[in-house]
Amino acid sequence: MAEPTQPVIAIRTGGSEDSVRPGRFAPYRAVLASRARAQRSYRASFRLDLVSSALVAVVELAEVLVLYRSVSALGGLSLAQVLLVFGLADVGFSLASLGFGHVDDLPEHLRRGTIDVFYLRPQPVLAQLVTSDINLRRLARAAVGLAALVVGLIVAGVPATWRSAALVLLAVVCGTTISSALYVAAGGLQFLVIDGAEMTNSFVYGGRYAATQPATVWVAPVRAIFGYLVPVTFCGYLPVLAMLRLPAPGWLPAWLAWCAPLAAVWAWGLALACWRWGSRRYQGAGG
Amino acid sequence: MRARARVWWRLVVAGMRESATYRLAMLGGLVANLTFGFLKYGILTARVHAGGAPVVGYSVAVMSAYVWLSQGMLGSINLFGRTALAQRISSGDVAVDFLRPLSVQTSACLREIGRGLLALAPRGLPSVAIGAGLVGMALPYGVAGYLLGALSLLLAIAVSATTVYLVGVSGFWLVETRGVQVFYMVVSGFLAGLFVPIALMPAWLQVTAYATPFPAMLMMPVDVVSGRVGGLAALGLVMAQVGWLLLTAALGSRLTAAGRRRLEVQGG
Repeated sequence: MAEPTQPVIAIRTGGSEDSVRPGRFAPYRAVLASRARAQRSYRASFRLDLVSSALVAVVELAEVLVLYRSVSALGGLSLAQVLLVFGLADVGFSLASLGFGHVDDLPEHLRRGTIDVFYLRPQPVLAQLVTSDINLRRLARAAVGLAALVVGLIVAGVPATWRSAALVLLAVVCGTTISSALYVAAGGLQFLVIDGAEMTNSFVYGGRYAATQPATVWVAPVRAIFGYLVPVTFCGYLPVLAMLRLPAPGWLPAWLAWCAPLAAVWAWGLALACWRWGSRRYQGAGG
Repeated sequence: MRARARVWWRLVVAGMRESATYRLAMLGGLVANLTFGFLKYGILTARVHAGGAPVVGYSVAVMSAYVWLSQGMLGSINLFGRTALAQRISSGDVAVDFLRPLSVQTSACLREIGRGLLALAPRGLPSVAIGAGLVGMALPYGVAGYLLGALSLLLAIAVSATTVYLVGVSGFWLVETRGVQVFYMVVSGFLAGLFVPIALMPAWLQVTAYATPFPAMLMMPVDVVSGRVGGLAALGLVMAQVGWLLLTAALGSRLTAAGRRRLEVQGG
């Protein structure tokens, strides 16, 4: 893949430049790089965004700390163990929202009709939408998650073995994949319920919230939904059970943690089905 | 005075119509409330059981009431910090609002209250009905309890309107209010007691929370309606809400007057 020597935007302006053949991914790279540059160029605003993004994560962490204050265990997990669950789930979710969070802006594109532009370009709509932006401020959020994860790893007495390392890696990679799938699924459904964004929030942000909880406290239907249908227990809870060899609740055995790649494939299957369903139904904003 | 009251009422109705237009959004909100409700119900009742004896006045029934009431009120109070006013200030449209024979603050707040009141029907009642029907929850004591609870709910919606107005009005000085709005969004939910009941927080955090108007929007009405706080103490909470309403309304009116003098609209 040849690197373009000049901005990609200039490539199609004249016949002579056509000799510079950009790679298939060059347009995506160019857009992403420009978005990243744009966010950092307004320094004060970017710093404020970083601070507020970190603050969101700190408040979410504070919720856990308040809940576990003055109790030794909740839902079969101690504070140290739940920090580990929180850290794993939050790192995965933050990385997913770094890359996919702006898929949430789809209703705005639909209302303004700007989505039509995406349909006109010779690239898949989803790929364009995902690479149309990157939320660098979510790095601050990931940092808070990472801090909780590191503290959790130290204080929860995780055995320092390759097995633990493999589980952590698996949880972060598959957690990011599963969380990204939630954003894409929500995006697909937005085509049908433009004003009902909150409906999809219930499994995107509800999923994030559920991923940081011990599944033991859930009633059976909730366990079925967030255990299997929207498999967020694979992002943090199950890997921690497997890592620390803790007793598992019914219907969610700890060895399932090793099946996280399957859960990720399932989540993306659902997400792409939702996306196809929604995007094929789109008929344009008219005009 | 009667003519003025009629205008006020029309503004409340306009707010109601505005939110009644987006039916699917209401349904979406309800689904989200129920999802979060069940997730919160699980962990918070576990917290009650783990504490052995009722944790600081919380039995399972009262905790359940907290979960469903707070989720049900989410559509009626503004914890996002987004206002139409902020946009009208940055675009300069607010100049037209100042020409009208009605205070900018009053009309903005009344419409916000109208929106909040209407949301009680499609989001508040079903959340509470489904939650209470499926898992049970504590209810107010007697007729007086219901009346005081209703008053407390109304005051909560009003305090939310006058407080979020302050975020919008900051636009006279800042023009771009996104930073303030995001900060409001992050802090308000936590200090209002949406994430965890304020009574579970450490003392210093409780003091911090009650030093802000946010508990008056959520925690106080929930405490009054669920009967966790009863009798004279409940009356005290309602009085505190009235106090926050007066304070935030007075501050809003001062800032509107000061902001009006600063306002500079460009273009013709």
